[in-house]
Amino acid sequence: MWHLVLKNKEMSGCGLAGIIHTKGELLPGELIIKSICLQEERGNGLGAGFAAYGIYPEYKDFYAFHIMAESKEALERVEDFLSHRTFLGYQEPIPTRKVKTIKNPPLFKRYFVKPKFEGELAEACEDFEDDYIVNLVMEINEKIEGAYVVSSGKNMGAFKGVGYPDEIAEFFRIDEYKAYIWTAHNRFPTNTPGWWGGAHPFTILDWSIVHNGEISSYGTNRRYLELFGYKCTLLTDTEVVAYILDLLIRKHGLPIQVACKVMAPPFWMEIDEAPPEEKELLTALRMVYGGAMLNGPFAILFAYNGGLVGLNDRVKLRPLYAARKGDVYYMASEEAAIRVVCPDPEEVWAPKAGEPVIVEMKPGSIPNQKSYLKPRPREVEEHELGIRCKHPAL
Amino acid sequence: MSLELDVSTLHYSKVNRLLREAILEGEKEIVLKGVNGHRYLAAGVSANVKIDIYGIPGLDLGAFMRGPVINVYGNAQDGAGNTMDEGKIIIHGMAGDVVGYAMRGGKIHIKEDVGYRVGIHMKAYMDKVPVLIIGGKAGDFLGEYMAGGVIVLLGMFSRYPERPIAGLFLGTGMHGGTIYIRGKVKESQLGLGLKPYALESEDEKLLEELLKDYARDFGLDPSEFFKEDFVKVVPYTHRPYGRLYAY
Repeated sequence: MWHLVLKNKEMSGCGLAGIIHTKGELLPGELIIKSICLQEERGNGLGAGFAAYGIYPEYKDFYAFHIMAESKEALERVEDFLSHRTFLGYQEPIPTRKVKTIKNPPLFKRYFVKPKFEGELAEACEDFEDDYIVNLVMEINEKIEGAYVVSSGKNMGAFKGVGYPDEIAEFFRIDEYKAYIWTAHNRFPTNTPGWWGGAHPFTILDWSIVHNGEISSYGTNRRYLELFGYKCTLLTDTEVVAYILDLLIRKHGLPIQVACKVMAPPFWMEIDEAPPEEKELLTALRMVYGGAMLNGPFAILFAYNGGLVGLNDRVKLRPLYAARKGDVYYMASEEAAIRVVCPDPEEVWAPKAGEPVIVEMKPGSIPNQKSYLKPRPREVEEHELGIRCKHPAL
Repeated sequence: MSLELDVSTLHYSKVNRLLREAILEGEKEIVLKGVNGHRYLAAGVSANVKIDIYGIPGLDLGAFMRGPVINVYGNAQDGAGNTMDEGKIIIHGMAGDVVGYAMRGGKIHIKEDVGYRVGIHMKAYMDKVPVLIIGGKAGDFLGEYMAGGVIVLLGMFSRYPERPIAGLFLGTGMHGGTIYIRGKVKESQLGLGLKPYALESEDEKLLEELLKDYARDFGLDPSEFFKEDFVKVVPYTHRPYGRLYAY
């Protein structure tokens, strides 16, 4: 069984780092390793992880499933499940190195898949494909004992486990990857167990998120997400944020700026002072999306195929810095973590509480690029709002 | 003679050990180069020494210190001057969150902006009156629960032209000390029950003296500061929450 470590509550301060090249050029893993390792003091060896975008160009149109399993049998159960429900393009063990301090790691394997729809729906639209994949992830996490999906997006992957960032980087050979977006996390678990599945990033499809803080509203958020078909199985508060992003931005079509106002809404006293149109919008968001509001202290970085976003809670109870040099943007919990890889940035700033730093790549930079700056024009039917929507032929 | 150290490859605990050893041996001037994220520099040091830091010092710079004069040629991170007792921290760039937390003496001069919760719970006792001067703008909760001392917010050297001079909840729960703000601040930004007041002649005298010292540290012309009027925020009672639970 998983060895769950639940430490007594101590002084906390996870560390975050993120880098994006806005023209889609590939950046070596060494950069993100340096940036997160400078913040070693912010973690306690009970979790670290990386998300990398652009690492599987040869399978860019396949969903890359990173699977973590406690045993061969668990892995076989996942394989059996995937062979029934997907077309398997390619599979291989995720390359790892032996690290002295990492004892008895789980098994890691990656599968590059496409949805296998039953019946007539061979040419499903992309939305259905994404929903199909989200449902697969939920099913594996919920029903297959001893196995979890670490990531499931196209041309991206998450690598995470129990250890310090340098150990996890060594274990997963992060130095051998190049990516146009990187995020990293150094964990100091406070209220939830330090286990392999509880390390950050948390992901769904190509969303990945790393988080410093506590989502005190976890219970509310979790119940809210369940209404739309999402299942929280990873025993850590941050998991809800990944699904909230998927729900608000991909499913409901909110622009990122608006989704961030749902997660970190202004105070009512600020809403009262806003111009009429903005006041109406902010009031509506708080009424409609109360269940998706994140309460508690947080600094988060989230990424998708095309962008990197940093966001603080509305009173900035956790640190966050951002910087730019040329086409590359950096974000981290400490300015020093940026300077260690970019000693002379053109701009450095401390983002305002509750106001996202949204960095999207220039259009046409990468395959399957996404942009979420504008509202989606398509009308969405009520039954399409959750991930368990009824596809015509399913 | 001063001691010069390049600390870029050293862990902060080693740097602090070297610093303390040098001070014990009577060193009066120490220059640290290649600083990047090194924590707790000069924390708890009780000596009259001058320390010049080139780079970005890490969290809790000069925490609990009594006496050192620290120049930071770069930006400082969170918690600089945490509970400091005597001495001075001069930051030639910007600084992070919770700077000057529970400060009880000495001075912190910051050229540019600061983050959130700066100067919270500053306190004063007899001749110990801590002073925190910010050349740029501040985030929310400046001077929250302030019990004594002086905060001066100039808003002049900011990298955030779009932001107001201070965030929300300025001085919330303050029950001692004074916050001086250059220019105007919206009443809705102040903590419950607080109001901005015009300066009296004593305030002007004090400000002139404090800002002269500040200007000297950064090579500025002090008369520039007074081209705009200041307001001051003081507690309306020494027990703002005295009746909170006694209705």
